[in-house]
Amino acid sequence: MFAPSEDQQALIDAARAAAEAILGPTVREDDEAERFRRDAFRRLGEAGLCGIPTAEAWGGLGLGYLEYAMVLEEVAAVSAAYGVALAVSGLPQVILARYGTDAQRERWIPGLAAGELLGGFALSESGSGSDAASLKTTARRVGDEWVLNGSKFWITHAGVGDVFIVMARTGGPGARGISAFIVPADAPGVSFPKREEKMGMRASPTGEVLLEDARIPADHLVGKEGEGFRIAMSALDSGRITIGAISVGLARAAWEYASRYACEREQFGRPIIRFQGVGFMLADMAMRVEAARLLVHKAAWLRDEGRPYTHVAAMAKCTATDTAMAVTTDAVQVLGGNGYIREYPVERYMRDAKVMQIVEGTNQVQRLVIARHLERTFGPR
Amino acid sequence: MKVGVCLKQVPATDSRIQVKDPAAGVDTSDVKWEINPYDEFALEEALKLKDDKKASEVVIFTFGDKAAEAKIRDGLARGADRAVRIDDPALQGSDALGIARALAAAAKKEGVDILFCGKQAVDDDQAQVPAMVAELLGWPQVLAVDHIDYGDGSLRARRPAGGGATEVVEAPLPVVISCDKGLNEPRYASLRGIMMAKKKKIAVLGVGDLGLDPSQVGAAAAMVAESNWSEPPPRPPGRILEGDTPQVVAELVRLLREEAKVI
Repeated sequence: MFAPSEDQQALIDAARAAAEAILGPTVREDDEAERFRRDAFRRLGEAGLCGIPTAEAWGGLGLGYLEYAMVLEEVAAVSAAYGVALAVSGLPQVILARYGTDAQRERWIPGLAAGELLGGFALSESGSGSDAASLKTTARRVGDEWVLNGSKFWITHAGVGDVFIVMARTGGPGARGISAFIVPADAPGVSFPKREEKMGMRASPTGEVLLEDARIPADHLVGKEGEGFRIAMSALDSGRITIGAISVGLARAAWEYASRYACEREQFGRPIIRFQGVGFMLADMAMRVEAARLLVHKAAWLRDEGRPYTHVAAMAKCTATDTAMAVTTDAVQVLGGNGYIREYPVERYMRDAKVMQIVEGTNQVQRLVIARHLERTFGPR
Repeated sequence: MKVGVCLKQVPATDSRIQVKDPAAGVDTSDVKWEINPYDEFALEEALKLKDDKKASEVVIFTFGDKAAEAKIRDGLARGADRAVRIDDPALQGSDALGIARALAAAAKKEGVDILFCGKQAVDDDQAQVPAMVAELLGWPQVLAVDHIDYGDGSLRARRPAGGGATEVVEAPLPVVISCDKGLNEPRYASLRGIMMAKKKKIAVLGVGDLGLDPSQVGAAAAMVAESNWSEPPPRPPGRILEGDTPQVVAELVRLLREEAKVI
């Protein structure tokens, strides 16, 4: 539990080598140019990174979330944008594996697991973020088709992805009126009018998915009508582990970079790590990274064991992302003037970390999930 | 065509090498291991032959205990088909010649057509085994090769001959080739390769399996004995020349010529 097995270490080493070779050379220029490379994503797929928890029968590796977390940490330590790409393109695989029909799985999962297809997940709207159950996008059954209308906001891979799992209202208000759909990017009535310009994660495209009488075949409904919110929440539980793992990768990269820098950078005739103000800062960073990783791994392990993990996934996501924000901020501080310069990677880590506290449920929502769990555990029955 | 690759695990090049006990050698308790970088060129060359359908099978040969299997698995994950690990109490304490005898016997038993080795292992840098294996097998050898053209039943290998000159050697198969930097760009293992490698076989062969004469291997047969280990002296600090540029350049050239003797 506290150290990777020999097999896991081999996966970690391979993931690091692949990420450094495929993503490392262009990570800075892609951030500057806000460029996502489908060919790089495809190469990650060739290296086996796009379907880690997906069954071997569908072209995945059939591994657990613990291995998934270990691998995502390595990728994110090189590029958080592509760590997120893997996690987000993993969501349709996880959803269809659990709730899809055989035909839906066969149609979509192998391509996604190979990295030939890029997937996405569309829940948020401009008026419904944390209050996801109030979403307004509708889906009507017309003959052999579903007709969707509405607008999805802050959607990763909007404009570059091939297929999205879209949550839309098929019934009355509230969570039970929501259903999940497979929406191919080239379905009639689907467009991507706006790409957002972001503070960080600039290599990861984010934008609007606009549905104007978008028509998809009737068999693109995932699960049953009204099951969409449950599907979305279960996807987010899994997704929180991946965002936690990515944040550990970001935090680790920043802490390691700052530690190396502090051992080399000399002021007043000695390496700055020997000044208590800097050395203790690095020690705190190290503690937080190690602790966050353990919590992420615990959440992953619980999921792999088939035990309840929702509240631990919330703790892991919250801890790891708060850690990433704090550690990357301190890394900039350790590098001083250089930390603020784009030639050094730590300011990018800091910009990338911020959104981790927001996505996959804000950290306020995570605390709500945890508090509700506490009330269920300790409150009157 | 069957191709063999000799693969050794060595301390990672960024490991901190420490000698705590002069009799025991390098303290490996905190060492991270990797495939000898020159062996990676050897493995890559073999895998390229398989990619090009010139080789039907790639077999890894490793002389080492169970701990060496992690790096053998790495080689299998990159695409080798199976592995032979040579391990026997009777081989304990073998010197380079003893190891070469074991590897030669294994290569012969497998009937490989080309045996690729790294030009040297970066741990002890002896560069002895490939030549010894070739000699024991009675095969031609081309050492420290940086380019190969494959023919029918033969190959042409290029090696640096010093002073910027190169030497091209044509050799019939079977042949032993030791590989230098520049020969190719080694691939890394894919995650899928790692999963597949778990199902690949690592055969463990001993002295009896290889038909070795126990009196010719192991500590008793070794002609080299390790008597004492010590760390190299700390590197003297660099020197910084000061003054006007023309003076400094002249002084630098003089020092490079007369003290360092590199130009």
